[in-house]
Amino acid sequence: MPKFIEVGLLEDIPQLGSRVIETDQGRIAIFRTSDDEVFALADACPHKGGPLSQGIVHGKRVTCPMHNWVFELQSGEAVAPDEACAARYPVQLESGKIYLSLEK
Amino acid sequence: MREKLVLVGNGMAGMRTIEELLEIAPDQYDITVFGAEPYGNYNRILLSPVLAGEKTINDIMLNDEQWYKEKNITLHKGRWITEIDRKNKIVKTADGLEAAYDRLLLGTGSNPFIIPVPGSDLTGVISFRDIADVDAMLDASTSKKHAVVIGGGLLGLEAANGLKLQGMSVTVVHITKTLMERQLDKTAGKMLQQSLEARGLHFLMAHETEAIIGEDRVKAVRFKNGLEIAADLVVMAVGIRPNIDLAKSAGIYCERGVVVNDTMQTYDPSIYAVGECVQHRGQAYGLVAPLFEQAKVCANHLAKYGIARYEGSVTSTKLKVTGIDLFSAGDFLGDDDCEEIILQDPASGVYKKLVLKNNKIKGAVMYGDTIDGAWYFQLLRDGTDVSDFRQSLMYGKSHLGDSGHGGQDAAAAMSDDMEVCGCNGVCKGDIVKAISSKGLFTLDDVRSHTKASNSCGSCTGLVEQILASTLGGDYSAATKAKPVCKCTDHSHEEVRQVIRENKLITIPSVFQFMEWRNKDGCHVCRPAVNYYLLSSWPAECTDDYQSRFINERVHANIQKDGTYSVVPRMWGGITNPTELRAIADVAEKFSVPTVKVTGGQRIDLLGVKKEDLPAMWKDLNAAGMVSGHAYGKSLRTVKTCVGKEHCRFGTQFSISMGAHLEKMTWGSWMPHKFKMAVSGCPRNCAEATIKDFGIVAVESGWELHVGGNGGVKVRATDLLCKVKTDEEVEEYCYAFIQLYREQAHYLERTAPWIERVGLSYVTKTIVDDEQQRKALAQRFLESQTYVQNDPWRERASEGVHEHEFKPLAVIAG
Ligand code: SRM
Ligand SMILES: Cc1cc2nc3c(=O)[nH]c(=O)nc-3n(C[C@H](O)[C@H](O)[C@H](O)COP(=O)(O)OP(=O)(O)OC[C@H]3O[C@@H](n4cnc5c(N)ncnc54)[C@H](O)[C@@H]3O)c2cc1C
Ligand code: SF4
Ligand code: FES
Repeated sequence: MPKFIEVGLLEDIPQLGSRVIETDQGRIAIFRTSDDEVFALADACPHKGGPLSQGIVHGKRVTCPMHNWVFELQSGEAVAPDEACAARYPVQLESGKIYLSLEK
Repeated sequence: MREKLVLVGNGMAGMRTIEELLEIAPDQYDITVFGAEPYGNYNRILLSPVLAGEKTINDIMLNDEQWYKEKNITLHKGRWITEIDRKNKIVKTADGLEAAYDRLLLGTGSNPFIIPVPGSDLTGVISFRDIADVDAMLDASTSKKHAVVIGGGLLGLEAANGLKLQGMSVTVVHITKTLMERQLDKTAGKMLQQSLEARGLHFLMAHETEAIIGEDRVKAVRFKNGLEIAADLVVMAVGIRPNIDLAKSAGIYCERGVVVNDTMQTYDPSIYAVGECVQHRGQAYGLVAPLFEQAKVCANHLAKYGIARYEGSVTSTKLKVTGIDLFSAGDFLGDDDCEEIILQDPASGVYKKLVLKNNKIKGAVMYGDTIDGAWYFQLLRDGTDVSDFRQSLMYGKSHLGDSGHGGQDAAAAMSDDMEVCGCNGVCKGDIVKAISSKGLFTLDDVRSHTKASNSCGSCTGLVEQILASTLGGDYSAATKAKPVCKCTDHSHEEVRQVIRENKLITIPSVFQFMEWRNKDGCHVCRPAVNYYLLSSWPAECTDDYQSRFINERVHANIQKDGTYSVVPRMWGGITNPTELRAIADVAEKFSVPTVKVTGGQRIDLLGVKKEDLPAMWKDLNAAGMVSGHAYGKSLRTVKTCVGKEHCRFGTQFSISMGAHLEKMTWGSWMPHKFKMAVSGCPRNCAEATIKDFGIVAVESGWELHVGGNGGVKVRATDLLCKVKTDEEVEEYCYAFIQLYREQAHYLERTAPWIERVGLSYVTKTIVDDEQQRKALAQRFLESQTYVQNDPWRERASEGVHEHEFKPLAVIAG
């Protein structure tokens, strides 16, 4: 079982928005969808390192602010025809609290 | 259980419909496809280059059998459907196979017309329709000598050219005096004939075939005037007839084709039809561009969205004979009420003719130089009034104020390693390869696969040309009203109209009302809709920050390394020691790595950490400075020159005019960025004539210029009018901004907007109509009352969006 750490409340992240967690592995972006699901990806786009946390969230996807590649929040995969994968982190949501694991 | 969809006819229109359907509703149906030909789905258009030896059969496959497997589509290739049992909803093949359907799609294409003369059933008499025909021709060319092609239309000429290249001696027989008379006028037809003759083809014009002669194999062709010529191979290419046999035998209402309504539905509501077999509003089509439009509409209804309508198409034609450039569209002969503009230069082999009626293009024929074909076709379909640029119309699009790209736009002349897209470093060869190997058809496809034309867009025309020349036909032709994005079929205009008429003030209500495909939309439509809401209902609507691009969300420009830049306003380019000192202080305090003077007469602090932004803004606010909106689709800068304040030539006070206009207009959101400049005399040191709104002072007052752009595609302004007083300058300026705010598409700058709606429209609304002008100016000032709060102050001192600038948590160790 990966170890989960409490990082904040669901309400701290706007719907269709994202916040950043600073870790010694680098920044991790936590996303909140319009259905209040949460996902976590490394905050560095596999294309040229753009901060995914600054992108526009839509459905279960985020668009990188740098060159508009679109990524699936669930898998980290770029939406075709682009090919790339952003590192994913396990997250859990329990009674409004967000828990993150640093084991990719 | 999923519903069953059966497609009869594994051709271009039917399969395109299936592909469109899979895009929008991948899981709705169990799909079964019957095709008489023993292959997957291929690109019929490219049979001509295959015959000419420029491509192979493998090159032209669109979907191989593996693709059908991956998509879980059952493919029955090499099987004819001979019966539709409509009562029990079952189709049957000749050899007894059956398949049940809930919805049936007919895409049976058409049959080549064979002239019923004696001998037309001899071996060696073939048509030009499918792979089997091409194989037969290639086979004949290895052992036989004389080919006769009956029919001097598009197909006949492509066949003739191919057979000639395969080494046969070829005679084309045509019933009238002009080749391709349905697409070309006499002059262009003659020029075409001459250049084909120069390649060694023979022509028998105005000859009618009487009989084909031979025992079992063709030996000769005889004409009504008694002439007889030797032939080992006869290709009949005199026309096609919609293939309606199957539909007719099932009692589905047919005339010349299977009759469908605007949703592509036949008289039997569970049966749809697309492609060449169809008759829509009395019209049958034989080119793929309209068939693809039908496919899109049909898919929309099969997916049960039920919102798209097919309203018919205007088509254009290109001949796919390498080295011959020919384009034709619309009514190129015209009638007594039409005017013609003709440009003819026999020495360089160029002929262009435009047919105009009431200053709108009705038809075009071009030979030798077809670069502007797509542009004329667009003007034709949009019904654009061309009076504003009629004099330069003939010289093409590049003469319309575009001087940015030095005429580098002849796609055919480019070598494979020449760069097409400077933003993404994409060469011509990359694009050609992606088009052929991935089977791309549209500009959007090319954009997403290669990234060419995906950024600044200045190479779009070039990419479209490469697409056209690689594919042959005129595929990429954009449909008339472009949808906002892939989430909807609605256009920008429709969205705006719905927002206004129904007083919608939130994004979800728009998406719901207009049946968006995704509940959250995407990064393309959300910012656009957010803008339309804000500009329509400035008092009622709340800005949705999650729908704004990052720069506008945090009021700074994101940099390539994820830091930000900060550009404070300097009204009209004027600053003072206090401001400069404050800038120097924050630069030191926050260790700003770069301080730069911008091209917009102010200072940029580059490389600021996101967390530092609010504190830095607070210091700048304290010295009286506010956001410069260097990041926004909004008013950017108002450049000025020193003017009458200091200059020996100055005729009016340009600095104070510029500073005042900037104070009045800052903060307003626009469809795209908006720049202004004020020059103190016609020497124009503020470069006002490449701005969205440019003001040039003259002795008697001010000249007002609009629609300039100094960016990707340079466009000098058009002169709107001259005015006398400062008050008039203001009123015209606000009215122009408001007209642009209310009418342009999101991300359309004033230059392309004016080219779309025409300068005369803007003049009519703003200069000629005082009441409208005043009303527009009034609406602008009203909407300004809601936005002139410095967004930096709100974030630095009023606690707005604190979450943007702080991490949610810091995890150490
Ligand atoms: C800072 C500045 C360059 C400089 O160092 O001087 C600049 C920087 C950028 N320009 Fe610019 N432009 C700057 C003056 C200009 C000018 C000159 C002018 O305004 O007189 C032009 C040509 C004039 C015009 O717009 O007609 C200009 C034409 C563009 C264009 C092309 C626009 C077009 O319609 O073709 C873009 C791309 C876009 O907007 O889509 C662009 C986009 C950009 C962006 C915002 C690119 C981006 O999206 O990140 C750059 C931000 C860089 C950054 O990291 O901060 N910039 N840009 C200038 C800021 C002026 C200011 O004070 O606000
Ligand atoms: C040589 C050539 C060059 C062309 N060049 C151009 C060009 O440059 N630009 C352009 O726009 N267009 C061009 N066209 C026209 C274009 O190819 C057609 O308009 C297009 O292919 C029509 O699509 P469709 O799906 O209606 O018919 P098709 O593509 O013909 O598909 C119909 C399919 O249905 C099958 N079928 C019919 N009846 C049955 C049945 N009862 N059971 C099972 N299967 C059945 C047929 O065998 C066929 O495979 C060209 C055509 C040819 C032949
Ligand atoms: S500042 Fe402007 S011209 Fe310079 S690289 Fe950026 S977008 Fe291009
Ligand atoms: S860095 Fe993300 S798309 Fe380029």
